[in-house]
Parts: sequence; structure tokens; C-alpha cells
Amino acid sequence: MAIDIDIAYVARLARIQLSDEELEHYGRQLGGILEHAALVQQLPTDGVEPTSHPLPMVNSFRPDQVTPPLERDTALSQAPEADDGYFRVPPTLEAQ
Amino acid sequence: MSSLADLTLAEAAASLRAGEVSSRELLQATLDRALLTEAELHAYLTIDHEGARAAAAAADEALVRGETTGPLHGIPVAIKDNMVTSGLETTAGSQILAGYVPPYDATAVTALKKAGAVIIGKTNLDEFAMGSSTENSGYGPTANPWDTGRVPGGSSGGSAAAVAAGSALTALGSDTGGSIRQPAALCGVVGMKPTYGLVSRYGLIAFASSLDQIGPISRTVEDAATTLEVIAGHDPLDATSYRGEYPQYRASLGRGVAGLRIGVVAELAGEGISPDVLTACRSVVDSLAEAGAAVREVSLPSMEYALSAYYLIAPAECSANLARFDGVRYGLRVDGATVEEMTARTRAAGFGPEVTRRILLGTYALSAGYYDSFYGQAQKVRTLVIQDFTRAYQGFDVLVSPTSPMTAFELGSRTEDPLSMYLVDVCTIPSNLAGAPSISVPVGLDAAGLPIGFQIMAPALGEEVLLRVAAEVERASGWNNRRPPLVGDDRGV
Repeated sequence: MAIDIDIAYVARLARIQLSDEELEHYGRQLGGILEHAALVQQLPTDGVEPTSHPLPMVNSFRPDQVTPPLERDTALSQAPEADDGYFRVPPTLEAQ
Repeated sequence: MSSLADLTLAEAAASLRAGEVSSRELLQATLDRALLTEAELHAYLTIDHEGARAAAAAADEALVRGETTGPLHGIPVAIKDNMVTSGLETTAGSQILAGYVPPYDATAVTALKKAGAVIIGKTNLDEFAMGSSTENSGYGPTANPWDTGRVPGGSSGGSAAAVAAGSALTALGSDTGGSIRQPAALCGVVGMKPTYGLVSRYGLIAFASSLDQIGPISRTVEDAATTLEVIAGHDPLDATSYRGEYPQYRASLGRGVAGLRIGVVAELAGEGISPDVLTACRSVVDSLAEAGAAVREVSLPSMEYALSAYYLIAPAECSANLARFDGVRYGLRVDGATVEEMTARTRAAGFGPEVTRRILLGTYALSAGYYDSFYGQAQKVRTLVIQDFTRAYQGFDVLVSPTSPMTAFELGSRTEDPLSMYLVDVCTIPSNLAGAPSISVPVGLDAAGLPIGFQIMAPALGEEVLLRVAAEVERASGWNNRRPPLVGDDRGV
């Protein structure tokens, strides 16, 4: 059975603005995909540790040496909008 | 036939060193081939004529002085467009990065340049490497050189098509769930996913960081080994980069398979695999036995759940990685009254349907209330897959299967149903979950004249035994750098 999800809430979390038709479309498709993905719930996994990374690795350190970072202008060169050495964005706080 | 564009890398490198051919001539033959085929194939998103000509001229001047910089000296190479190239547009196949010109090179690209490679350009891919057909590119699909009505596979479809068609002598791809091996199989070339951590991911535009790995797509196993030698190596800029020894991979070729224990994965050798593919793979397995390998069937029960686990883990990681495309630092911006509105509009306009689908899927799998039952459970299944491999490798040196359940399918035939596209990756995904190396070698054609790929898997850091078996498979199959009909093959098998 396809899984029912609150797709509008998920789209909001993902910061993707979708129309009602798109939400309906993706909601239906995701329901079908999740039905297949839910197969993972059929395997008994009591006492099985989750794997977040394929190879055993802990604490990868590099030598503590200062290396030059990207120049500020270079870093800003691809920005859609930059101003006075900063990335420029719409207001983040409402005007008082 | 007999264009320089159809030489193997090994042949071209030998001719260059012997002074029989120049890098400029090799590049010209390759660009001529692109001119001939690109209208039909669309393997490239960007061809860097100016940069490539300058690099070829520099390679020739160095040869005149008696200097060579490395194993790829003067060799025309293509790079999948999800690896950043300093000063050369890099889009990852996404409209959200249209016009993006990176300020630095990926470490793998730096390694190619140091080895003397001539970078022709950037190849097409499924947007952010999410797909199995290259139809999800934001810039239009790539076609298969063996039948231009069919897909080249994906997501590294542009690199595979370019190497098959002769518009590159070797190429880089990236493989998260099969994105090097499956297009290599569908285009009749060799594609290898190395052990996770062997090739730096620095400058590879991230899709799923615990699965992504860069690797070669080449005409022969030897060429793949040569390319791998160049790009493999420890990189302090990638925290997951392997710190141990990096052998000379070519040294393991030609040693045969006598005495090796080869396991045929039962779960990947039956249901859902096309009969032509199964027949071709069985014949390869027989020839390995004749060559002295001990071949037996082996069961890895968790294989059947690997696909489901992957399609939770990869989207979850993708939803986090792609959060960086917010309209602030690079790429597209669609204006809005607030930052959140600007970001949501930018992402809606910039991401194609498959990327949107996977971000939504991953966001859901990670969201409160569903994390344990989906993402957490998938991570435990990943452990079970790794344990199955570990058990199997107690009795076997390598495992084998088909690379893809089917040969190249028709353009448009799977785009309506995303799940039907996901099922294409069933044989390749387990190696990504395990972080282990795997290679696809072309072994023949099906009844429709389309290439069939044979997959070999080895334990982590088992590149040498993997390549050793691959070289024997290549020899026994008699494939011999067979060329697609598009470029007029008359060499035959």
C-alpha cells in the first residue's frame, strides 16, 4: 500500500516552493517509492549497529599549517548579488 | 576506420613517446570525432577548444625537450561536469548552476593536469549525478553511440558515450550507486568505481557523501588502471581520503586468474535479468573456470534489500548536501521578499524533477517521526549488506554478476515511472554501500547489437585482484576495443 505523506510540510522543510499540482504529483510518486523503500523494515535488525560511513575511520587530522584561503573577491565572484565585500540577501529581519 | 581517435590510451601514449604522433594530432582527431558525433550524441556540455589546444601544444613542446610529465602526457581526457574546473564552466547538469565558473580545480582534475592530460571538456550527466540514463540532465539527454535512440546509461552517460565514440581517449566519472559502471556497461567501455576514499572527493559536487567516488571510464582495463594510478592518492583536503599505500595498479594485469576463488552472486543472477545478459555472463564465468579459477555460486541474502536501503540513504544525504544551493553564494537566484521565499523560489526554479523528488524523499526520511523507521533502518540494513560481503570474502577473492540487468533501453521508456529507473541499479548499489571497489567490463553484444557489461566486485582496497580478474575477462571475451557502429567499426570481435 502506498504511504501517505504530508508533502506540503516536507516541501517547506526542503525549502522548495511547489504549486498544488506539483505537491499532489510528488506526493503520489513519493508514496510509491517509499512503499518499496519500506522493504528495509522487513529485515530483523535487533542488535545491528547502523552504518553511517563505509570504512572505519576516526579523527582525520591534517598538519596545523596556515594555508591561504580563497581571496574574498574570488569567493564573491560567483554570487548572484554582492555588496561591499559581502554576499547580499533580502532582509532577514522585519523593519521595526 | 583507423582514426587516431580510436586508439587505446596505451597505444596513443606509446605513439606519443615514440614521436610517431603529436598531442596536437591526437587532440585534433578527438575534436574531429566530436564534431562528427556531437549533434547526435550530446556527450559534452562544454568543449574547451582553447584550453585543450594550449595544453596539447605545451605537451608537444615538452616532448621535443625530451620531458614527459606523467602517464597521461598529451592524452585527450574528458571530465564529468560535476567535478569543478578552475575557470571552466561547471554545472553538474543543473540549471541552478548555469554559468557557474569555479575558482579552483577538484583534486582529481589537478592530478590529471599534473600527469600531463589534455582536458577536452566537461561531459553531460543526470542532474547532480542523480539518475541512470542521463535523461535527467538540465541540458538535454545524451544518446548511446551504439544506438542513438537509446540511453547511454547514467549518471556518467556523457563520459561513457564520449569514450565509446572516440571524442575522448579516457574520462572521469563519479559513482554513487553505479553511475560509472552502468553507463560503461551500456556503452561498451570499461568503468571502475575504486574503494571509497582512494580518489579525493575534494571538488566533486557532492550528491551522497558516504557513497560518492570518482573513477575512470576507459576503452580497456589497462587504460582504466593507468587513469586510476593518476587520480588515486591521499589528499589532506578530503577528510575521508585513504592514508595507506597506493600500489601501481597496472602491475597486477596479465597475471591470469589461476587459483583465484570467484563467487557468482546468486541473488544477482536470476529474476529480473535479461536472458541475453545472463547468457553472456555465464559464458564469461565458464571461461574464468577454464582459465583456472575456482568458480562457485554464493548467496548474499541482504542484496535484495540493498536497493531499498540505498534509495533512503542516498536521498537523505542529498537533501543535506543540496541545501547549499540557496541563491546566496553561487548559481541561480530568483528574488523574493524574504530569504526563505528567495531560497524556496530559487530551488523550485533551479532543480529538475528528479533532484526535487530525491530532496523531498530524503527530507521525509530524515524528518521527525520517520527517521528511525526509514533512515535509521536503512543504515542498519547497510550494516547487514557489509556483513554479507565480509562473510562471502572469507571464501572468495572476488564476486561477479551482470553490471546492469538490461542493455541500453530506449530514450523516454523509463522516465514516467521513477521506481522503474531506480531498479536499474540493483547490481551496482551493494558495492557503494560497502565502500568496496567494482568494475564493469564489456563482454559482448545482445541480439539487438547492444553491449553487455560484466561486473567484478572485490573487498575494500582489493583493486589489484579486481583488475587482475578484469583483464582476464577482457581477454577471454575477445572484445578488443570494439567500436560502435556510429563511428564505423569494421574490426569486429
